[in-house]
Amino acid sequence: MDIKLKIWRQKNASTKGRFEDYELRDVSPEMSFLEMLDYLNKQLIEGGKEPVTFEHDCREGICGTCGLYINGRPHGPQQHTTTCELHMRAFKDGETIVVEPWRSKAFPIIKDLAVDRSAFDKIMNAGGFVNIDTGSAPEANNIPINKKISDRAFDAAVCIGCGACVAACKNSSAMLFVAAKVSQFALLPQGKVEAAERVQRMVEKMDELGFGFCSNTYACEFDCPKGISVEFIAQMNREFLSAKLCAHKGH
Amino acid sequence: MKQSNFKLSSLSHKTILALAGLFLMLFLCTHLLTNLLLLAGDSRAFDAAVAFLSSNPIIKVVEYVLFAGFIIHILMGVIVWINNSRARPVKYYVAQGSETSFFSKFMIHTGLIIFTFLVIHLINFFFIKLGWVALPDYAKDTHDFYSMAVVLFKEPLYVILYLVSFVFLGFHLKHAFQSAFQTLGLNHDKYFPAIKVIGTIYALVISIGFSIIPIYFLFFH
Ligand code: HEM
Ligand code: SF4
Ligand code: FES
Repeated sequence: MDIKLKIWRQKNASTKGRFEDYELRDVSPEMSFLEMLDYLNKQLIEGGKEPVTFEHDCREGICGTCGLYINGRPHGPQQHTTTCELHMRAFKDGETIVVEPWRSKAFPIIKDLAVDRSAFDKIMNAGGFVNIDTGSAPEANNIPINKKISDRAFDAAVCIGCGACVAACKNSSAMLFVAAKVSQFALLPQGKVEAAERVQRMVEKMDELGFGFCSNTYACEFDCPKGISVEFIAQMNREFLSAKLCAHKGH
Repeated sequence: MKQSNFKLSSLSHKTILALAGLFLMLFLCTHLLTNLLLLAGDSRAFDAAVAFLSSNPIIKVVEYVLFAGFIIHILMGVIVWINNSRARPVKYYVAQGSETSFFSKFMIHTGLIIFTFLVIHLINFFFIKLGWVALPDYAKDTHDFYSMAVVLFKEPLYVILYLVSFVFLGFHLKHAFQSAFQTLGLNHDKYFPAIKVIGTIYALVISIGFSIIPIYFLFFH
């Protein structure tokens, strides 16, 4: 298939970017979206031009680095699919595909399509961990956990930190990501211990970094490649409210 | 944890917005019930309700709470909106195509339309009661809301403004009802689908309920 591409090019954070148009022939429908970009870059390099910078690592939907905003949707048109798992068969022959970076004040552009998502790391550093030394792997049945609860914690823990929720949200809100992390810990006994402090710290950090507020538009859930539910946002709201109302001073 | 200078978090802003919004939604119910008495055929039932509401000391207090509720809700709504409009300085080239709760994108717009209506509404009724606006000659006294309503609802332009406002109020409420529950952490697979349905019914009842009244007076009175 032949496609037309409109790709955002920007030298670095401080220069102005612009769209660049490309035409690509003989693209195989079996190529992944990133393989298509590799194919484009090969041609650019052979023509003595600067290749398009984009992020990727695992190329199997688990690392969360590959987010691109494709034709108005984070990770492209296919639900529950990361950019690296998206295939060219999802597009039509002759189609124009517009590729943009995540747009958010909290995610400044590094180069072309690569954005700096260290804001997420800062939120994790503010509380996304368990402080107690849990030692080596404990005996599985020492701490009884309801299967439904552990499944729920797992549903939250599948978040890969890709930032599509921020990219999809009209307010650039990071609520779905933070909610997934807060809930994953709050649901399990080891994480419960510090739950009240954790949620307050992570929310405070999230606000400080310039993410927007949540308008409950639910675009995040729709475009999350892992299908994280907005019920976790409600869970975080509960955790936060009870921490503010019930936790003692200093906690 | 460190409690530095007094600064409300995003979630606290939203919680206050939602609580004030829920309170306003309750108020709309009582206001609708009172207004429906206008349809009783003559002014007796409505006048009796106005007399009760105007003389009851508890209602006097509630009036101030209601004012505060509006001011807090509007203030929080505007703060949330300002913050959100700063979070994405460079917009996308292709408009966002994700499926969303449609009316959630226009809350500030529907809110400001409601606010405009509210100001006109207060000038026409409440401020007369307070003596801030002169009593129109057709009204018996400052509590004669029945006559004031009858005269206003004979005015097609006012009726159109009224109806349009309530359509937009309906849009605001369609998103707002379930959103308030989500904000307060009350989203749960057991009852959230029901909350969404109740919210849609609530929005319809409020906007249709209020709209019947001017239509009745314009065409059938
Ligand atoms: C009787 C009138 C009103 C009622 C019953 C009402 C109710 C509500 C409720 C329940 C919410 C949901 C809160 C949440 O998302 O958690 C809401 C949101 C909102 N309201 Fe109102 N509201 C009214 C009037 C207004 C007015 C006059 C404004 C003027 C600015 C306004 C601005 C907003 C905004 C901007 C939001 C959404 C904030 C966001 O994006 O998260 N509302 N309203
Ligand atoms: S919640 Fe979903 S969209 Fe957001 S960072 Fe996690 S995996 Fe990505
Ligand atoms: S490259 Fe790892 S998730 Fe796409």
